[in-house]
Amino acid sequence: MGTLDPLRLTAREAKRLLVDGEVSAAELATVYLDQIEAVEDRVHAFILVTAENAARYAAKVDGEMQATRGALAGLPLAVKDNMVTEGVVTTCASRILAGYQPIYTATAVRKLWDDHVVMLGKTNMDEFAMGSSTENSCVGTTHDPWDLNTVPGGSSGGSAAAVAAGEALWALGSDTGGSIRQPAALCGVVGMKPTYGAVSRFGLVAFASSLDQIGPLTRSVYDCALLLKHIVGKDANDSTSVELPCEVELPTAERLDGLRFGVPGEYLSAGVEPGVRARFDETVARIEELGGRCTELSLPHTQYALPAYYIIAPAEASANLARFDGVRYGYRSAEADDLIEMYERTRGEGFGAEVKRRIMIGTYALSSGYYDAYYGQAQKVRTLVRRDFASAFAEVDLIVSPTSPTVAFPIGSRTADPLAMYMSDVCTIPVNLAGLPAISIPCGLSEGLPVGFQLIGPAFSENTMLRAAYALEGAIGFDTAPSFRDSSAGSDAGDVRAAAGKEAPA
Amino acid sequence: MSAWEPVIGLEIHVELDTETKMFCGCAVTKGEPPNTRTCPVCLAHPGALPVINERAVEYATRIALALNCTVQPRNVFHRKNYFYPDSPKAYQISQFDEPLAVNGIFHYWVGDERLSCRIHRVHMEEDAAKLVHAGGESGRIAGSEYSVVDFNRGGTPLVEIVGEPDIPSPAAAREFLMQLRNLVIELGVSECNMEEGQVRWDANISMRPVGATELGTRTELKNMNSFRFLQQALEAEMPRQIKILEAGGTIDQETLHFDPDTGTTTPLRSKEEAHDYRYFPEPDLVPWEVAPAWVTEVRAALPELPATRVERFVADYGLSRYDAFVLGSAGALARFYEEVAAQGVDAKLAANWTMGEYLAHLKAAGLEPSQGHLTPERLAALVRLVADGTVSSSAAKEVFRLTAEEGGEPAEVVEKHDLGQISDQGALEKVVAGVVADNPAQVEQYRGGKQQVLGFFVGQVMKATQGRADPKLVNELVRKALEA
Repeated sequence: MGTLDPLRLTAREAKRLLVDGEVSAAELATVYLDQIEAVEDRVHAFILVTAENAARYAAKVDGEMQATRGALAGLPLAVKDNMVTEGVVTTCASRILAGYQPIYTATAVRKLWDDHVVMLGKTNMDEFAMGSSTENSCVGTTHDPWDLNTVPGGSSGGSAAAVAAGEALWALGSDTGGSIRQPAALCGVVGMKPTYGAVSRFGLVAFASSLDQIGPLTRSVYDCALLLKHIVGKDANDSTSVELPCEVELPTAERLDGLRFGVPGEYLSAGVEPGVRARFDETVARIEELGGRCTELSLPHTQYALPAYYIIAPAEASANLARFDGVRYGYRSAEADDLIEMYERTRGEGFGAEVKRRIMIGTYALSSGYYDAYYGQAQKVRTLVRRDFASAFAEVDLIVSPTSPTVAFPIGSRTADPLAMYMSDVCTIPVNLAGLPAISIPCGLSEGLPVGFQLIGPAFSENTMLRAAYALEGAIGFDTAPSFRDSSAGSDAGDVRAAAGKEAPA
Repeated sequence: MSAWEPVIGLEIHVELDTETKMFCGCAVTKGEPPNTRTCPVCLAHPGALPVINERAVEYATRIALALNCTVQPRNVFHRKNYFYPDSPKAYQISQFDEPLAVNGIFHYWVGDERLSCRIHRVHMEEDAAKLVHAGGESGRIAGSEYSVVDFNRGGTPLVEIVGEPDIPSPAAAREFLMQLRNLVIELGVSECNMEEGQVRWDANISMRPVGATELGTRTELKNMNSFRFLQQALEAEMPRQIKILEAGGTIDQETLHFDPDTGTTTPLRSKEEAHDYRYFPEPDLVPWEVAPAWVTEVRAALPELPATRVERFVADYGLSRYDAFVLGSAGALARFYEEVAAQGVDAKLAANWTMGEYLAHLKAAGLEPSQGHLTPERLAALVRLVADGTVSSSAAKEVFRLTAEEGGEPAEVVEKHDLGQISDQGALEKVVAGVVADNPAQVEQYRGGKQQVLGFFVGQVMKATQGRADPKLVNELVRKALEA
């Protein structure tokens, strides 16, 4: 047990250790709770750490549940705070849900609970998953463990940072326009958005219903497949959920022979940093070394995806967030004399600036007289984006791109410019519009910060995608342990690996 | 006044009697303690998602088919956005431009006239929660101190039937609604309980010069649930509009409130404040294709509809259209009548008794057809006693009353209360002779040529025999005695 390094331990290895009896669930939980203790004040990945529950549950897994252990028994998990968990406060990082105690549990979380994972707590995020930096949180921002002065990406920044910082073995996030993949890229971990419908959205607090999808954030591609395997499936409570055509396979591939990869020029043209571009090009070269074939291709409607997304997502959000009205649960303004004033004050005080901005954009886009020009038009663009991908996948098996045009950016550097912030998701948004699966894996560093490599597949191609990502990951050999430096302090702010009693990486 | 005619249209909401709600598994119930039939979905907790109740779709399809609508091959739900405490999601899941069914027609009767009203569309949606305004006197929001919400009703499946403005009078509007309600009950999809508000409607009315084809500006009467008030409200609205129009004014398109106490309509809110509902397709539900084979199946399983049954009653029982309509338009009474007729009695006589004594009895006793002592078999037995002359028709009414009150077989009642018809000529001759002897003045009148006095003598004889005498025979004997 003395050799367990939370910055490098994978779920695959942890599971083996548990099964072989080399480590107990209680010991494993302690590793992560200790790491949270050590670094959380600098990373701030969690909104709520359920330490006591986690320790108690882990002890149960070791004790009375010994004989009936589920497939993921004892593996510590962090959950993004937009998935409802019965009895455990769920806020979406919003004041409007302050103290909200859910009365049921999200299907994806319920499935993992049924497999006896140990939940460590609920992670920080952009309010209602609206943002790309985790700065839009009512409890303050999360810090990227690779540079505490930079953002972890978002909106699942808390989950990505928790995994990167060794505060969780793995985590669940949600991805509406890149909210799993972009923070995974910025934090140097693996993040995947499954095919729309593969994972039930029941209990995922809705941002944009036609785009939202729950997925894993992990330290390895194998772990990603393992977690995915246990959350997929059609759910009677979610009419948009579907059964995957075949079971999720745990990948073993080392080669990419016979696989065709497409490189879309549109994803490389605008705003991709030189350092990101260099790591991307190296990774494309690796694909060919492994036997894969790369060709350039075009997804001509890419430039319209971002504007279409910023109509569709806010439009759906404007209705989805209307239920937070102060009548039944959550925050209610104390100072109101009548119903309308109660609504206005509750929502005015309860929502943050970015959420209000999107509610207003969405409300406008759906208004009588504007619907066709905005929402209707955006839906047409969505169809065109889908067709782009469909024709591309007639030629290639997978499409590859940088996950984010940039590495992690300094905290506060984009908050005054929403459009610059929206550009963070330019490579990930088209995937959500088309409902496709995509994964981001770390492919190296640029100026000491991780660069993400995105693989996009046709609907239900999870297994192919995971196989390719797994082979590529092996070839890249990325070291997942972050430095915890703080560029604003002028030097590395102490090595927390020592605090956790672990060996520093070579 | 006669220069103007009204044009009336109705939109009807029907709550379906499914076991569970439209989009969740909560039971549809009535009269349960507040907020005991709720779940994350119908309380709109974060993350909850709707799932379509297939039984509700089937029930709605039954209504659509019974109204001769075309069921659309593709169905889509939309979100209708508005803030109000009775709408927990702050949007209602409803249908917008791709409804369940369109282009129907409903035939109904006003007296002997068969009218038709085109049905614009039939669509599905969910009911709102119930608001209770407390602390005031009226139960209305004005004057109340606070309001509470009961979410038990929230999410109950609703069908909205939108009629075209084809209804020519307030009386016709009332008939339309009563007959439509009968139809829905017949389909077995809703009890249409009026007190529970299971049927509610909005009416719109405009006036136009007789013979004109263009429609005038309409006003709306919202959320009514009394047939009588509907007719009264429309009747009150007609002269109000005519007065404005004849003075050269224009009608404001607005929603009106009808006060039954004053019999007047007053504006509720004007269309200027009309909501922009910002409809858009509900992304939590996938559009669904309606298989033609399934529609055929639902159609085949429809029960006989009132309009068809009325025609059949005319053909099979030789009833007048009016009688067939009274007996045939509501299922329970129609079934009762058919059971009476099935006993092999005279169908017309059975119809007279069912429409007359029996309906009056149901109303007085507050019973539904087939409830109480008077089974179809017993009414048939009574009809048979009348037909074969065992009892006179006036005595039969007494038998009917006693059977209804005390039960037992009509024949036994006749026996027990000695109500059999007196056809014994000798016995009746004695009575007639007595009556003639007691009324010499009237005898003089008759013999002086005043033939009508005959009726007086017959009446006296019937009275003396407690209505049991065979009236035909009495007639004959009286004439004979007077002319002797």
